[in-house]
Amino acid sequence: MADAEDDLILSELPDEELVPQMHDDLYDGLKEEIEEGVHILLDRGWAPYTILTEALVAGMTIVGRDFRDGILFVPEVLLSANAMKAGMAILKPLLAETDAPTVGRMVIGTVKGDIHDIGKNLVSMMMEGAGFEVIDIGINNPVEKYLEALETEKPDILGMSALLTTTMPYMKTVIDTMVQEGIRDDYIVLVGGAPLNEEFGRAIGADAYCRDAAVAVETAKAMMTRKHNSMALG
Amino acid sequence: MSDTAPDDISLTVSGRAPERSGRLLLIACGALAREILALRHANGWHHLDLACLPAILHNTPDAIPDAVEAAVHRHRDAYERIFVVYADCGTGGRLAARCDALGVEMVPGPHCYAFFDGLSAFDTRDEMTAFYLTDFLARQFEAFVIEPLGLDRHPELRDMYFGHYDRVIYLAQTADATLTERARACADRLGLRFERRFTGYGDLATTLDRWAEA
Repeated sequence: MADAEDDLILSELPDEELVPQMHDDLYDGLKEEIEEGVHILLDRGWAPYTILTEALVAGMTIVGRDFRDGILFVPEVLLSANAMKAGMAILKPLLAETDAPTVGRMVIGTVKGDIHDIGKNLVSMMMEGAGFEVIDIGINNPVEKYLEALETEKPDILGMSALLTTTMPYMKTVIDTMVQEGIRDDYIVLVGGAPLNEEFGRAIGADAYCRDAAVAVETAKAMMTRKHNSMALG
Repeated sequence: MSDTAPDDISLTVSGRAPERSGRLLLIACGALAREILALRHANGWHHLDLACLPAILHNTPDAIPDAVEAAVHRHRDAYERIFVVYADCGTGGRLAARCDALGVEMVPGPHCYAFFDGLSAFDTRDEMTAFYLTDFLARQFEAFVIEPLGLDRHPELRDMYFGHYDRVIYLAQTADATLTERARACADRLGLRFERRFTGYGDLATTLDRWAEA
């Protein structure tokens, strides 16, 4: 996409062309163009939250969809993610100053023995983009660290990630411990990672398995809505 | 019966057809062809035929169970017994379930790194931050690591993939100075410390020895 548009001057595009162009630039992983686009929209008076959702998250959703459909692969998604991260870095302090809505809080980390965090980082970024407050506890987390984060951060959602078939059973250890502690039902538990599947998610007692970052966001939103509805009824 | 493996590129993308002269068949990952053929030659296992699936399935574990099942069905009528020379290999237990359903035995353990090293030894190691290479992967590093991860086109992504690793451990099946230097160069390219561990054929040898008696 970028080759034909090398001479494009972003600042000369009207909003209705600039935003789709930013989607294209995000798709192509063009970090500097995304940063420029964000600054242009801010200068034109766009609210940070609107830029985040309409220019960045909407663009990244296209990336996520094409990844799911086998059109894009991990390297391309990472380049897109880097571009989105650069855009978000500009917006984040501004979002903190405004009354951007928070959809919910999530603690997320990879399980004990697992250092692979690409998927987790993509989920964190997309969740933040969707209005969640994300507390990322990093890699190689023993059950104690998860429980400590739940106690301290009081999130709505716990997200666990694993890339290895040798480490994914540890998710059950965490959930079983939550059951023993009597806190399992206090949280929505989402799990993800390449070797997992829905059956595994059900078998270990998670609320849902999320096959990619976009599904994680959709699932988290749907479950938060259900949680609010049941609280309202209760 | 030839004990010479096809070239690595053929093993990576297309695999290997069986000889159809033995009574037992091994259906293996193409990355293990050389090692299996070397063991067959050394032990005189002339009744063991070898079919290999494309080694590049290593990078798409989801596709392994279906590929194995198709191969079992394709060859079942021609052999007394079939054995599957894959470990779990990232299939999350799905390959084991499929092999159970098909009534064929597979190699125990999580992956070839573990069975080359020896399952009991591997279990006791704490090497979470190690990236493993075998002889095959050292030879095919570009096709299995650099190109699929896009590092040839975007070297700047390297630390996103390998930032939490601290070393490459080359699990050497053979004593080959040239290959060791190649593995060392792989570690350098990933910006990681290099370590070589000679494993020989590890549990692959004992497993095949047991199957050859069947």
